[in-house]
Amino acid sequence: MKPAAFEYHMPRTVEEAVAILARVAPLDGRVLAGGQTLVPAMALRLARPSHLVDINRVAGFDRLDVRDGMLEIGPCVRHAALDRSAAPGPLGRLLGLVQPHIAHHPIRTRGTFCGSLANADAASEWCLTAVALDARIEARSGRGTRSIPADAFLLGYMTTSLEPDELLVRARLPLLPDDARVGFYEYARRAGDFAQVMALVTYAVRGGVVAAPRIALGGLESRPRRMAGAEAAIVGRVPDALAFRSAADAAADALGPTEDPDYARTLATTAVLRALAAAA
Amino acid sequence: MTSVAVGDETAMRRIGVTVNGTLQAGEVSVRLTLADFLRQDLKLTGTHLGCEHGVCGACTILLDGRAVRACLLLAVQVDGHSVTTVEGLAPSATVLHPLQEAFCAHHGLQCGFCTPGMLTTLVEFLKDCPDPSAEEVRVAISGNICRCTGYDSIVEATLSAAANMRDGS
Ligand SMILES: Cc1cc2nc3c(=O)[nH]c(=O)nc-3n(C[C@H](O)[C@H](O)[C@H](O)COP(=O)(O)OP(=O)(O)OC[C@H]3O[C@@H](n4cnc5c(N)ncnc54)[C@H](O)[C@@H]3O)c2cc1C
Ligand code: FES
Ligand code: FES
Repeated sequence: MKPAAFEYHMPRTVEEAVAILARVAPLDGRVLAGGQTLVPAMALRLARPSHLVDINRVAGFDRLDVRDGMLEIGPCVRHAALDRSAAPGPLGRLLGLVQPHIAHHPIRTRGTFCGSLANADAASEWCLTAVALDARIEARSGRGTRSIPADAFLLGYMTTSLEPDELLVRARLPLLPDDARVGFYEYARRAGDFAQVMALVTYAVRGGVVAAPRIALGGLESRPRRMAGAEAAIVGRVPDALAFRSAADAAADALGPTEDPDYARTLATTAVLRALAAAA
Repeated sequence: MTSVAVGDETAMRRIGVTVNGTLQAGEVSVRLTLADFLRQDLKLTGTHLGCEHGVCGACTILLDGRAVRACLLLAVQVDGHSVTTVEGLAPSATVLHPLQEAFCAHHGLQCGFCTPGMLTTLVEFLKDCPDPSAEEVRVAISGNICRCTGYDSIVEATLSAAANMRDGS
């Protein structure tokens, strides 16, 4: 037996799941989604939850819908489902670029988008995607449902604004306009490893100049975030190598303290440059 | 913190799971992993355990036809589902699966520790991608660690099996 003893709960409805979580959260009860982070942590006994609330059989939790210009992702939607076909237009293209960088296929068949957000790893591809696109995250508890902007949800290294008794019931990603260009670049030491650095960019070219840029960087700081300076450096400019270079430098300038600042700077500029080039 | 009473009714569950085509019913501890259920309760020791935290790929099995890590699932979670292990790949006791044939012919294994996970991963992969490039095969097995072969012979075996399967032989 690898994990320490726990009580196991298998709710069938969201109401039941929320009620059980309310009862067991004060006893270090945890939600079990894909289990691709929690179960290894339990095997190593880094986590010893007293209760597991397995949400895999909750009706409707595997729903993936496009509604009101948003891609709505239920808490049991697996990484593998979020490929190019998951959303129309540039958002689908972007998901198709990002998803293969998460772990390996047999982990992507179980791990979930919402579980990645709840876990808030600094090098999570989906956390980067969520902040880059201003995702909305819905949390439900006995007190009701609240919608949290991604940037306010991800607080820092493996820390979110989710209360222990709150169930993440949906994430919503806005669709991108048809003229949006998308680019993603990641550097990891081995295939499937967490990223050392990753950059996600999207922008449009309107009237020959860059419009509506979003440039987000992850892996180097305690959480992924949009780089406002980099976006300001490129907006309204002709999308050429010079403009890309100033955006990359601005992103690196804005980095907080890191272990090896020179290396972090090289990683940041390289990732932003390559993501911008990929989108061009 | 309250302690959990081991042995109280919430610690054990009855499950029924179809393994390699046969319905297996049993009572399991909720903290038993699927990998240990297969190996210890069902004596299907073909599913190997290396790291037990998702990294090595040795325990990969097919859950409803899709490759998953058996070390990262609890046995209770597969109640009502269908599991295929390496023991279930060959069509009969005397005929191997084309991938198994090709692994023999192309030295796709030495010690064989990684082989069950390689085979299950590749069975699903070749269904989705019947005519892969060598590079695509390398990506498909990037989550399966082999310490013996250096991978080249596994890639060769897979490409040969894919060709044979396309020919229907
Ligand atoms: C070998 C390996 C390599 C990996 N590589 C990467 C990688 O490169 N990039 C990457 O991003 N990830 C990687 N992962 C992690 C993987 O993506 C996980 O699937 C993900 O981090 C967590 O999702 P999950 O559904 O598996 O969550 P679980 O493991 O089930 O849960 C993780 C945490 O989130 C909480 N939680 C989950 N869902 C909810 C919810 N709906 N509401 C409230 N709380 C919830 C749980 O209680 C737990 O604390 C890797 C995993 C492995 C084993
Ligand atoms: S034993 Fe499951 S991945 Fe290593
Ligand atoms: S054959 Fe020995 S580990 Fe692969």
